[in-house]
Amino acid sequence: MRPPVLDIDALLDDPGTGIIVCCGSGGVGKTTTSAALALRAAERGRKVVVLTIDPARRLAQAMGIEALDNTPRPVTGIRPMVEEGAQRLSGDQGSLDAMMLDMKRTFDEVVESGASPEKAKQILENPFYIALSSSFAGTQEYMAMEKLGQLHRDAARDGTYDLIVVDTPPSRSALDFLDAPERLAGFLDGRLIKLLLAPARGPARLMTAGFSLITGALTKVLGGQMLRDVQTFVTALDTLFGGFRQRAEKTFALLQADGTAFVVVAAPEPDALREAAYFVDRLTDDDMPLAGLVVNRASPSARTDLSAEEAIAAADRLRAMDSSSLTAGLLQLHADRVRIIEREQRLRDRFAASHPHVPTAVVPAMASDVHDLDGLREVGVRLADQG
Amino acid sequence: MTAPPDRSPDWPQVALHVVTGKGGTGKSTVAAALALALATTGKNVLLCEVEGRQGIAKMFDVDPLPYEERRIAKGAPDEQGRSGQVNALHIDPESALLEYLAMYYKLGRAGKALDRFGVIDFATTVAPGVRDVLLTGKVYEAVNRPRGGRKGNQVVYDAVVLDAPPTGRIGQFLGVNSELAGLAKVGPVRNQADSIMSLLRSPRTAVHLVTILEEMPVQETSDGIAELRAAGLPVGGIVVNLVRPQALSTSALAMVRDDEVAPASITSDLKRAKVDVDAALVASLVDEGRDHAVRRQLEDEQRALVAAEGVPTYELPRLSGGIDRGALLELAQLLRHQGFG
Repeated sequence: MRPPVLDIDALLDDPGTGIIVCCGSGGVGKTTTSAALALRAAERGRKVVVLTIDPARRLAQAMGIEALDNTPRPVTGIRPMVEEGAQRLSGDQGSLDAMMLDMKRTFDEVVESGASPEKAKQILENPFYIALSSSFAGTQEYMAMEKLGQLHRDAARDGTYDLIVVDTPPSRSALDFLDAPERLAGFLDGRLIKLLLAPARGPARLMTAGFSLITGALTKVLGGQMLRDVQTFVTALDTLFGGFRQRAEKTFALLQADGTAFVVVAAPEPDALREAAYFVDRLTDDDMPLAGLVVNRASPSARTDLSAEEAIAAADRLRAMDSSSLTAGLLQLHADRVRIIEREQRLRDRFAASHPHVPTAVVPAMASDVHDLDGLREVGVRLADQG
Repeated sequence: MTAPPDRSPDWPQVALHVVTGKGGTGKSTVAAALALALATTGKNVLLCEVEGRQGIAKMFDVDPLPYEERRIAKGAPDEQGRSGQVNALHIDPESALLEYLAMYYKLGRAGKALDRFGVIDFATTVAPGVRDVLLTGKVYEAVNRPRGGRKGNQVVYDAVVLDAPPTGRIGQFLGVNSELAGLAKVGPVRNQADSIMSLLRSPRTAVHLVTILEEMPVQETSDGIAELRAAGLPVGGIVVNLVRPQALSTSALAMVRDDEVAPASITSDLKRAKVDVDAALVASLVDEGRDHAVRRQLEDEQRALVAAEGVPTYELPRLSGGIDRGALLELAQLLRHQGFG
């Protein structure tokens, strides 16, 4: 059984596609896929910006974004495609801007735009804020979505871009942003926030028996000083929470809308495909528009149909006559290659059996790492060419 | 084939082996193989995972692990066929927090109230960073268990292997307690954070990095080592995983790469081996051989960079059949023969 083919060019050429989100586990080539999709879209006539999280240094250099300044920068060296069908969207030439997410800078900007200058200064200098915005896990996911929302608002206002391609942080929690609005809402409507804000708001009537029980427990665990610091911090941020939540809800709606396409990226390995299945299920459950699955790093196909068993048997016969036989070595390599291809095929079949309707594109592995536009272009060709 | 005698072990002082690596390098597989390699005669080893993926259960083909230490495998046997025991633990932040509160604080009714107020949920899901504090805290507890301690039924471990977050996040993960110590200037949280950091920075800990012989993972390994050293965290060894088969000798590789192989000699070899041969088959085998030889050359370049890091290195082959219990034991034996222990 073969899954339907993911038609990359149809996706990129569709003017209705406004956002492409690439997600998947780490090490499957997500950043490269995002960059290759963005470049191909630009060369086919779209006005594209790609938001990457943590590109390899040389790829970042090739795209001119090694300076981390949280602003999209134009990528030079775009070569418009002349082939039939490309550029049919508009008479305009395509363009590509790229940026690398600066988590702390993005957070700082949220604070600066949402609070008065004095208040912002107070927050930016708070030790909890500094730790939260620069070094804690989880913040990246929130900030990637914050930045996506920003880019989208700016693009809608200024007409700068008609396609935003987003790379997501390399962890399972990459999908945590889907929960962000609900979690924030739960927290902001909950009793914990009232407790934390209680000292600032003062009225003693809030201090019910439950509250003092909790305060007692928290003081015991955290220590009085730390609890006070947390309270100061939450109080300072109080004015920002509403805006943050509102934007998270908007971004969530944006992701759910028709203009968005999620592309799940995987490698033909059990772990990566298991994660891909998790992502696909999660996106489906949340009614997120899933475009399909990209399986990167597929082993190159064998060039002859000699089976692994025949090759091994022949290699053994040759080695019995000449232990250093080169031909035996070639046969053994062939057997190894065939076995790996068969294994990858089995893994893909298993995925397809449990997710039969997910359009899939298989991309053969490149001989070496991609670190220039030519390499990205080649990945784009392989993505689009599903023979 | 008899196994070569095991080298003297490289890490006798280490109680906590942290395993990191770029995604896709097989970090979890290597962590499991290391645990099996460490579980020599009479030794108890705990293999922990913290990323909520149930990767251990899948590798060993058992039901998903609860928050409870489970016997999962015997270690790799020595020459006399004796081995130790590997237990596994899937650490989730919420259970770790509840356990921590129960262990160190007598909160009684207040403990339940914390849950009702959403404190537990907030701490483990909304508050960034708290997860890492809880996960490292539990690992610390497992490493520092006193022999004959309070709970008689608890296993005391000779070594704990942690399948840690990937290289890009490892500094942040292991350093979270020093961040915390900066926030909590006094009090129980500060004391706990300080104790965890002093274990992680001591010679009782080693952070091993898993890589494959490709440019990006090797670069990331090198960056990771620099970051760990800068943070005062002890760098262990590099495990080079998924190494291509060494079916051709160095001279054969060069011949294949430089197109100096005579098709006629391959044809006659294949005939002698009773293979139904034609020119297309010979050309295909030579083409595949050339692909392989080119990649082997790239691997050698990366291998030299790995060696230049100047830490113990271990190599594990790519197994075409994939990873199961038997494969993990095979990898564990290979690690032990290369001196891992």
